Amino acid sequence: MSDRRNLAGSQPSLQYSPYRSTEHRAPSRPMIRIPGTLSDLCAPVYGWWPIGEADCDLTRQHDDEPHGQRIVVDGRIVDEDGRPVAGALVEVWQANAAGRYRHANDAHPAPLDPNFTGAGRTVTDADGHYRFTTIKPGAYPWKNHENAWRPAHIHFSIFGSNFQTRLVTQMYFPGDPLFPYDPILQSVPDERARRRLIARFDLALTSPEWALGYAFDIVVRGPDATPFEQRR
Amino acid sequence: MTPYPEGGAPLVATPSQTVGPFFHLALGPGAAISAVHAAASGRIALTVRITDGQGAPVPDAMVEIWQAPPPAGDRSGAEVEPCGFGRLPTGQSGECTFDTVRPGRATDGRGGWHAGHINVCLFARGLLRQLHTRLYFAGDPALGGDAVLDLVPADRRSTLLATPESGRTDRWLFHLRLQGPDETVFFDV
Repeated sequence: MSDRRNLAGSQPSLQYSPYRSTEHRAPSRPMIRIPGTLSDLCAPVYGWWPIGEADCDLTRQHDDEPHGQRIVVDGRIVDEDGRPVAGALVEVWQANAAGRYRHANDAHPAPLDPNFTGAGRTVTDADGHYRFTTIKPGAYPWKNHENAWRPAHIHFSIFGSNFQTRLVTQMYFPGDPLFPYDPILQSVPDERARRRLIARFDLALTSPEWALGYAFDIVVRGPDATPFEQRR
Repeated sequence: MTPYPEGGAPLVATPSQTVGPFFHLALGPGAAISAVHAAASGRIALTVRITDGQGAPVPDAMVEIWQAPPPAGDRSGAEVEPCGFGRLPTGQSGECTFDTVRPGRATDGRGGWHAGHINVCLFARGLLRQLHTRLYFAGDPALGGDAVLDLVPADRRSTLLATPESGRTDRWLFHLRLQGPDETVFFDV
C-alpha cells in the first residue's frame, strides 16, 4: 500500500509515534514510485495450497468446541471498481475468548483454550464471497503504553488476483469502548476509513439459537496497472 | 454489499493494519513456503536478513517473495507445487532462507526489459503497511539497463543488491535495512 494511493487519509502512515514499534522500523525515506507500466506485480497468482474442510470453521478444529461467543463473519471482497474478487485466498488469525493467542510470545496471563487454535483460511467464491465460523476474540493487554489494551479484533490477510492487491488488515467489533485508545486503529487518519475496519452486526447473518452474525466487506486496490481499465 | 456505500463515491481500498507479532498462527502446515521453484538445476539459497534502525535483527517479520513462476514442465510432485511464490517468518537472527532459482533477464512486453530480480513484500510488527522492494544480483551485467533501477538514485541502488555469500554463486544474501544511512529503497507500487 503506497503513499500515492493514500487517498484522503484512508491508509495509515508508516511513521506514527503513538504506535511505539514504528520508531525503529518505519522507513524514513520517500518511496520511489514504479509506474504501472514497469511493474510486474500485476501478474496473476497461482498455486494456492490445499484448503481443508475445517479451515473456515475455527470452532471445529479440535475434539471439543472452544469457549466463547460463537460468531459467523461473512463478507465480500471487491476491488475499488466494485467488481468481486473471485478465488482470493483469505487467511485469519485471532486470540481466544480470553484474549490469549496460542503463540509462544504471548505472555498475557489468560488461559489457553485446548479447543481453539485461532487460525483459518478460505477462498472466495465467484461472487467474491467468504464466510468463517469462529468465536469472538477477547481484548488483550500489550505494552505499547501505560494500561494499553487492544480492542477485540481478527487479523485478515488477502491475496487478490495479483500482488498489487495484497492486503493485511484487522477487523474490529462494533461499539468497542477501546477504539479511542488504540493507536493501531487510530493510525488510520480518516474517521470514515476507520469505520470500514469495524464489522457490522447483521441479524440476517445470525443463526437462530446458534451464532451471532457479523458482516465485514473488504475492498482491495483496483487494477490500475491495466491500461484499458481506466480508473474513475 | 452496496458497491458505493457512501453517497455514490467510488470505493476506496480498506485500510491496512499491522500484521502484528502473532501472524505465525496463520503460517501453519503448507502456508509457510520456502520452496519457490522446482527446477532440478540452477537452484540458489536466498537469505533475506532484516535489521531495524538500530541495526538489530527483526525476528518477527513475514517475508513474501515472488518471481516469474517455473516453466510448466518443472513439477516437483510436492503437495504444494512451487509457483514462484515464497513466504517465511524471520527467526531470531532476523533471517529466513528460500530455496529458489536465480531469475534471468526478462522482457516487460513493451519493448523494455528487467534485469533478473525478485519482488519482496515485507510485513512486521511496527509496520502499519506492507513494504515492497525488489532484489537484484550484484555483478549482473544487465543491471545497467533495468528500467526500474533507473528510477533509483545511483547512490541508493546498492541497497537493492543481493550479494554472494562466501563467494559462492549458489548462496545469496539480501540485507534489508528498514532505516539508517543505508536504508533499503522501497517502492510505491
